[in-house]
Amino acid sequence: MISGLLQYEFLQNAFITGIIIGVLAPLLGVFIVVRRMSMIADALSHVALAGIAFSLLLQKSFVSLVGLNPLYMGMAFSVGGSLFIEKLRTIYKHYQELAIPIILSGGIGLSVIFISVADGFNADLYSYLFGSVSAVSRSDLYVIIGVGIAVIVTLILLYKELFLLSFDEEHAKASGIPSKVIHFIFIVLVALVIAASMRVVGILLVSSLMTLPVAASLRFAQGFKQMIGYSVVFGEISVVGGLFLSYELDLAPGGTIVMLAVLILVLAIIIDKWRNR
Amino acid sequence: MEIQDNHPIIKVKNLSYKYTKDKVLEDVSFEVPRGAFLAIVGPNGSGKSTLLKLILGLLRTQEGTIKLFDENIRLFKEWQQIGFVSQKANSFNSGFPATVFEVVQSGLTKKLGLFKFPKKADKQKVKKALEAVDMLSFQHRNIGELSGGQQQRVFIARSLVSEPQLLILDEPTVGVDSKHVHQFYEMLEMLNKQLGITLILVTHDVGTVTDKVTHVACLNKKLHFHGDAYEYNQLNEEELSSFYGHDVKLLSHNH
Repeated sequence: MISGLLQYEFLQNAFITGIIIGVLAPLLGVFIVVRRMSMIADALSHVALAGIAFSLLLQKSFVSLVGLNPLYMGMAFSVGGSLFIEKLRTIYKHYQELAIPIILSGGIGLSVIFISVADGFNADLYSYLFGSVSAVSRSDLYVIIGVGIAVIVTLILLYKELFLLSFDEEHAKASGIPSKVIHFIFIVLVALVIAASMRVVGILLVSSLMTLPVAASLRFAQGFKQMIGYSVVFGEISVVGGLFLSYELDLAPGGTIVMLAVLILVLAIIIDKWRNR
Repeated sequence: MEIQDNHPIIKVKNLSYKYTKDKVLEDVSFEVPRGAFLAIVGPNGSGKSTLLKLILGLLRTQEGTIKLFDENIRLFKEWQQIGFVSQKANSFNSGFPATVFEVVQSGLTKKLGLFKFPKKADKQKVKKALEAVDMLSFQHRNIGELSGGQQQRVFIARSLVSEPQLLILDEPTVGVDSKHVHQFYEMLEMLNKQLGITLILVTHDVGTVTDKVTHVACLNKKLHFHGDAYEYNQLNEEELSSFYGHDVKLLSHNH
């Protein structure tokens, strides 16, 4: 494994990406979970899938577009989807969660059409669905590093506003925080991180990396900063451990990463129960 | 902003409001002097919440005017002068993983402004606010672990931390255990008298408040009575019933 890391560029790409999304996904996940928006990541990842499928279709149809990185189209779709969710949430004020199944099924519907037109599945699409240790290119890595820096800087700058908005939206609005703008920026960040994570974890499993480590930390965190700290540590263990297992056992990393996260969650619940006995 | 001491903090004039066809507030006028402790009482559906939302700028005025600190509410910018404590049940997820300290510090968000971080002096303010509501020893506990009354104190501290001149409380005793309601009102009285904060308390809890507050306003779509607490206590049951449109039991009136 270590020798593989030194030897192969693709492995280095996958691990560095993994380390970055191991921080980003749970970090945003903390805010998503406490705002009870856990399903939003699922909806957006399926929209990102539509973007990927569209990009693969374009590559197949137009030879000149072969060099286009599907990551860009995935991000564009996912950000677009986040805007639609926000719009739908204002249209259905009293049924805000309705936006999520609408966008989710819309995303899958589009993906299915694009995939059918492009004449079915191929190995590339499979790696987008379940992640891959060999799929991350250098150019993917650079985009992901860029996303990582943007997300962390934004979160640091808007931390206190996001905290207040998550804790008590009504109070945030009453005290004159530009809640709509901040919420919007946040959703765009989520969309970007989902698109950035899908190469390694896979589209179908991105959302679990945003929620499972957070669910585990909820069992014992005292305070919000601790919550963030634990979530990132659990996320990081899942991603790095999952990538290692994936490489050694030749399994899709999406599966190993998520199952490690599930294992951590189960342990957290058991330990918490045992402590409070 | 220059504020002259004898000017009322809030001036409401001929205020009416409707969501659909029927008015929920009709021709309401009153003033809140600096340093007052005003209770706005009225039955459910009397327009209390609407009045609050209008004063807090959460709803736009339709008819009539509201002046806050001598400024028309539509031009008013100094929202950090006004603290607001809502019925906690509505707007707060009790499983939220935040410590009492973090919650109170979040009250500084607007005052600090975008892209600014709390400094040592701000953390000191948080501690002072927690001290004022007698909750400093709970600062490292998660908010969800506290009782309703303790949580409500924390929310008051969150409002106090930005050093407002006016504190508005909407039914703050809803989640407070009845044994502690009296203590809770005593703490409010202390904030009013010792820190000089003007308080507006919205409640349907008529009886218990009248010996603590300085002014009472009875609202039921129209403003039926607005005066100081002594005058209010002189009212008899019949007059009160006419304000509310139904029988009111006078509780704890010793006159």
